[in-house]
Amino acid sequence: MEKELFEQLEDILELAPGTVTLTAAFRDYENWDSMANLSVIAMLDDSFGVHIASQDFKNLITVGDLVAEIAKRTA
Amino acid sequence: MDPLFGLEHKNILVTGASSGIGRAVAEMLANQGATVMITARNEERLEAVLQSLPNDGHHFFCADLTMDEEVKKLAAEMPLLDGIVLNAGMVKTVPVQFVKREDLDYMFNLMLHSSILLVQQLLKNKKLKPGASVCFISSVASQKITIGNAIYSAAKGALNSFTKSLALELAPKQIRVNAILPGMVQTAILDSGAVSDEQLQIHLKNYPLGRFGQPQDIAGLTVYLMADVSQWMTGSLIVLDGGYTLK
Repeated sequence: MEKELFEQLEDILELAPGTVTLTAAFRDYENWDSMANLSVIAMLDDSFGVHIASQDFKNLITVGDLVAEIAKRTA
Repeated sequence: MDPLFGLEHKNILVTGASSGIGRAVAEMLANQGATVMITARNEERLEAVLQSLPNDGHHFFCADLTMDEEVKKLAAEMPLLDGIVLNAGMVKTVPVQFVKREDLDYMFNLMLHSSILLVQQLLKNKKLKPGASVCFISSVASQKITIGNAIYSAAKGALNSFTKSLALELAPKQIRVNAILPGMVQTAILDSGAVSDEQLQIHLKNYPLGRFGQPQDIAGLTVYLMADVSQWMTGSLIVLDGGYTLK
């Protein structure tokens, strides 16, 4: 799941493969904007079946937080 | 009061009437003397709205307007109508790249197809009186674009075009057709957490009057459109947005 998430984030943010790390704050990546924000929320729903409200999404900071949220909601 | 501004002796159908804008419309029309027919999917909430209405004679009809059979049944059960306010809607914010056909179909079905087919059935059943008024609740999102709302904007844009087409077709019967294009209105859709508080606070800066709309702000204009005072208005797309589109 981690590998797919990393690839999806790199795809949305147009980052070189291997750029994304677990500890990074994903909003600090270059190219982060409101479109990326919407796209990541939609991607979590589309690829992982995780539907998350904007209000809750703002509490997730690092890529690791995304991994944990997916794991929690798909357990 | 000048009877041109009143709604006494008028039967008016309001869709999406169990909450938000639809509920406020039903309440304000009834307060101005109309007899309202309210419809939505949720029976419990419809009944609560009915109880809150002043005067007697109002009715509720539980119906899912995305289902053809229920649209036909609703149209057949209606009394002769002096007006309709069509207000079924939803918001789903998603970039185009992630839009699924099922979402596309559902949003167009709910916001466009259901309204078109309901009006068609009412016409077939001859339930709209000459001089009746039809009002669609559209959105400024049809004209002022924000990211993630492409399908919503497209459906509302199509609704605007339909409003004008229908206005032209029904003018010979003196039936008037207009649409209200509200800006952001404070309803349960916003309270659901779909949009974060920070995002709302940022968006609020785009509203010169310093607040989002309340359902009653929209309902007030439907009173005008349902009353005889607006009898020369048809095919109009009326922006009602606290100044949002000025910027």
